[in-house]
Amino acid sequence: MIPFEYLRAGDPAEAVAAVAGRPGAAFLGGGTNLVDHMKLGVARPDLLVDVSRLPLDRVEETGSGLRIGAAVRNSDLAAHPLVRERYPVLARALLSGASGQLRNAATTAGNLLQRTRCPYFQDVTTPCNKRDPGSGCSAIGGYTRYHAILGASEHCVAVHPSDMAVAMLALDAVVIVLGPAGERALPLADLHRLPGDTPQRDTVLEHGELITAVELPDLPFARRSAYRKVRDRVSYSFALVSVAACLDLDGGAVRDVRLALGGVAHKPWRAALAEEALLGATVTEEAFRRAAEAELAAARPLHGNEFKVPMVRNAIVATLRDLAEEGR
Amino acid sequence: MTAEETAEETAEETAQVSAQGRAVGTPSPRVDGRAKVTGSAAYAYDRPVDDPVYAHPLQATIARGRVIAIDTVAAAGVDGVLAVVTHRDAARLADTEDAELSVLQSDAVAFRGQFIGVVLGETPEIARYAAGLVRVEYEEEPHDTELRADRTDLYRPERVNEGFATDTDEGDVDAAMEAAAVTVDQIYTTPMEHNNPMEPHTTVAVWDPGGGFLGDARLSLFDSTQSVHAVRSTLARVFGLRPDQVRVMSPYVGGGFGSKGMPHAHNVLAVLGARAVPGRPVKLALTRHQMFSLAGHRTPTIQRVRLGADEGGRLTAVAHEAVEHTSRIKEYAEQTAAGTRMMYAAPNRRTAHRLAALDVPVPSWMRAPGEAPGFFGLEVAMDELAVACGLDPVELRVRNEPEVDPESGRPWSGRHLVRCLREGAVRFGWEGRPAVPGTRREGRELVGLGVASSTYPYYRIPGSRAVVAYDGRGRYTVRIGAADIGTGAWTVLTQIAADALGCPLGAVSVEIGDSDLPRATVAGGSSGTASWGSTIVAACRAFRHAYGEDPPRGAEAGGEMPRDPDAKRFSMHSFGAQFAEVRVDADTGEIRVPRMLGVFSVGRVINPRTARSQFIGGMTMGLSMALHERSVLDHRTGHVINHDFAEYHIATSADVMDVDAVWLDEEDVHAGPLGARGIGEIGIVGAPAAIANAVHNATGIRVRDLPITPDLLLH
Repeated sequence: MIPFEYLRAGDPAEAVAAVAGRPGAAFLGGGTNLVDHMKLGVARPDLLVDVSRLPLDRVEETGSGLRIGAAVRNSDLAAHPLVRERYPVLARALLSGASGQLRNAATTAGNLLQRTRCPYFQDVTTPCNKRDPGSGCSAIGGYTRYHAILGASEHCVAVHPSDMAVAMLALDAVVIVLGPAGERALPLADLHRLPGDTPQRDTVLEHGELITAVELPDLPFARRSAYRKVRDRVSYSFALVSVAACLDLDGGAVRDVRLALGGVAHKPWRAALAEEALLGATVTEEAFRRAAEAELAAARPLHGNEFKVPMVRNAIVATLRDLAEEGR
Repeated sequence: MTAEETAEETAEETAQVSAQGRAVGTPSPRVDGRAKVTGSAAYAYDRPVDDPVYAHPLQATIARGRVIAIDTVAAAGVDGVLAVVTHRDAARLADTEDAELSVLQSDAVAFRGQFIGVVLGETPEIARYAAGLVRVEYEEEPHDTELRADRTDLYRPERVNEGFATDTDEGDVDAAMEAAAVTVDQIYTTPMEHNNPMEPHTTVAVWDPGGGFLGDARLSLFDSTQSVHAVRSTLARVFGLRPDQVRVMSPYVGGGFGSKGMPHAHNVLAVLGARAVPGRPVKLALTRHQMFSLAGHRTPTIQRVRLGADEGGRLTAVAHEAVEHTSRIKEYAEQTAAGTRMMYAAPNRRTAHRLAALDVPVPSWMRAPGEAPGFFGLEVAMDELAVACGLDPVELRVRNEPEVDPESGRPWSGRHLVRCLREGAVRFGWEGRPAVPGTRREGRELVGLGVASSTYPYYRIPGSRAVVAYDGRGRYTVRIGAADIGTGAWTVLTQIAADALGCPLGAVSVEIGDSDLPRATVAGGSSGTASWGSTIVAACRAFRHAYGEDPPRGAEAGGEMPRDPDAKRFSMHSFGAQFAEVRVDADTGEIRVPRMLGVFSVGRVINPRTARSQFIGGMTMGLSMALHERSVLDHRTGHVINHDFAEYHIATSADVMDVDAVWLDEEDVHAGPLGARGIGEIGIVGAPAAIANAVHNATGIRVRDLPITPDLLLH
């Protein structure tokens, strides 16, 4: 086998030091994505620093919200009473992802940092700018059913595969990052990148930076929230498109709203233009549709995934309509 | 399969097994059930062997051309690597006529993923790592993997699979279409699909060189196969051995769906590897990725179906013309339109098959080859005709029921399609079907019902032999080299033997899955129970004839599969009616299938428990074919890009809701001594059409291309 070393870190600082000091090192969480990549030849770390057993597996109230340890398993987070009560959008997003077995293993930080499932990225016999910068993008002109319609570049049209991250983005989550120079707080909205001409970089994290927690601010109206995932089969499939939404109504008008999209871009996509269009709007399907269309005006579908534009539009309208009806 | 011979039979040989038999017809639990659920059943790769060597294949990364350089130095130098075998040093094969099995015999590359070498290592990890160090240079030639109906190089194969005629033409279809009051003329397509049994193709090969002469060598394999004897005879021929020099063992098989019906290139590769490390067992398990280029697949089809009818829906013309692909190196011509020939009565009928020979892996059998894709085209077209005539689709089919086989003119041994349709309509609540498509809405869901007919031929393949032996202490052993690929065959054969011997089920042990057992035909074409079962009946009768009811210790008798005089006198097919309810999300186009019902007419059912499993398993595969399965060939690279279970979608448990199957209580008096026709494949036939027809009923959208995905139903 391809030789690599394994280190079980005793604490987060040790983990950070171990990875930061070695260019070929990688953090190992649940391993549900990285280990696949090692088998496929997509990733060849020479040192795995196991952070799955660090004491980062707690979900705690912070007074101003919830702090989720980086090593909390997806299934545990989905089942957590506070998550189910206060952030149903997150519980539903988690449960719509992967399979029961994978959710039992996958961690919170690992879920955020999982890599695209673009089949060309995962197939080392094909060119891919994300895997092998400068080699070209095989998806353009190829199989694009699961690819981006927003924010892509000529170098990469992959999408971020997470469901959880879409919900967290709608909830204005903040990522706590520990690096060699200390800790920093990073809005989740700023964590993932668009591909531009450096698609090999999924996030803004520097080598050796470790996500230790995700903080969710208190957002009372998130109790009325939903995650809608549109997919080709009912279980164990990535989103064609997905919508995370939280809706706050004031009588017949939108007082506040959070809207994020999955399956459409290289990063979880905050639908800021749609949110803007919705604020103060009268609650009608027509208003929801106009907001969705405002967001999608910038959509540039590929040959083969044109359907995603009306599909996202419909999914946004349906999700908001259902939330509005729930409140009546 | 070859045409069966006709011969006069004695009354005893053709007499049916008594319906009063104690075991046949009862839901006996699987004899191998406990071993399988406890994990103690040793599949081919699980068999404990001493000092194993692990093989990892090298595969071409071009779709057409030549290997001009292959650098194995780094790989060979890895600690624990025993050998790297390529076309430069592989043993020469004795028979290279079958190009699929002509492995490592030249530098030519005929499809992407083709074997170009194998690394043998002390562990699977070492072999795989070393394989990644091999550097290959190619001289690449332009390749072509794209099937289109307008290709100018389509050709007419001499015959199609199962020996069917390539084309048929009766009456004047064009004139009948011209004159018809109502017509349907549409193109239907089905995609390339892969069998994907849960257990991958695995083999463990040991080459014992004996004294060094080829005639002394012994080759043994643990293999995952639907036919130990086909593997034995094929490998013996390829390697220039006598069949008695080869032994193939395969007691448990984790599914095959046709892809293990014949040996594939990996068997040859494993043996070439074994010859490089004589005496040591070489273990080879294809990865899921590799199964997408090396273990057969279902050809894509482009089907033009034309139907002409009078105002009352009575067919005047039926034409079904199919375009398919095959590999450039080996022809496989699927019988897509063959089932249409006998299905409905019409004076003017035509069928045709045309092939494009492409730079693709070799296609092969996949559950109900021919009927499964062909009945998508035919039965959706029938639904379109029902709409065009303003007729209920059940009634349309009833009106076109032929009295005799329209193709051969022979009487039916038992055609009960109308009973299946009527019985199913009552059970399924067909009268509640919306008469106008797209008009039944429940909440945000559009609801519709669909129906399709189903059929599958009755195949019995001659050539099997069984031996019955008695141990003097009340125990009978029945030996036959059959295969249970998860079907329940092992259990069913035990039941048949018990009744034929007139003894309790517990007094019989059936041994299968070993080429040292008497020769048996393939577990394919839904022929196993009828072929092996009737062979066992013959052996049991010979045993009782020779030894009576009180046999001595060591008593032994054998029998061959009895001939089947009725096969030439009757048209023998199973039939079924498939019903489906679908719910389509009005916002997103997502499709759910809350209910499916199949009503089947298959002759006698030997074991209701395993039969039901076969039926609903086939229907589930049909659901998967309808909504999910599609191998995406990237024509730029020539390979299937969605080559794993995350991307190649098969229905998950959550997609499979209420799937039910029932069958008519009957026996086919012409279907050999068991009165049973096959059941393994009919469940998939028609299921995709029933779902597509239900989608139309729900939404008003006619989908003629599989799979039916949400984007096709978006508004």
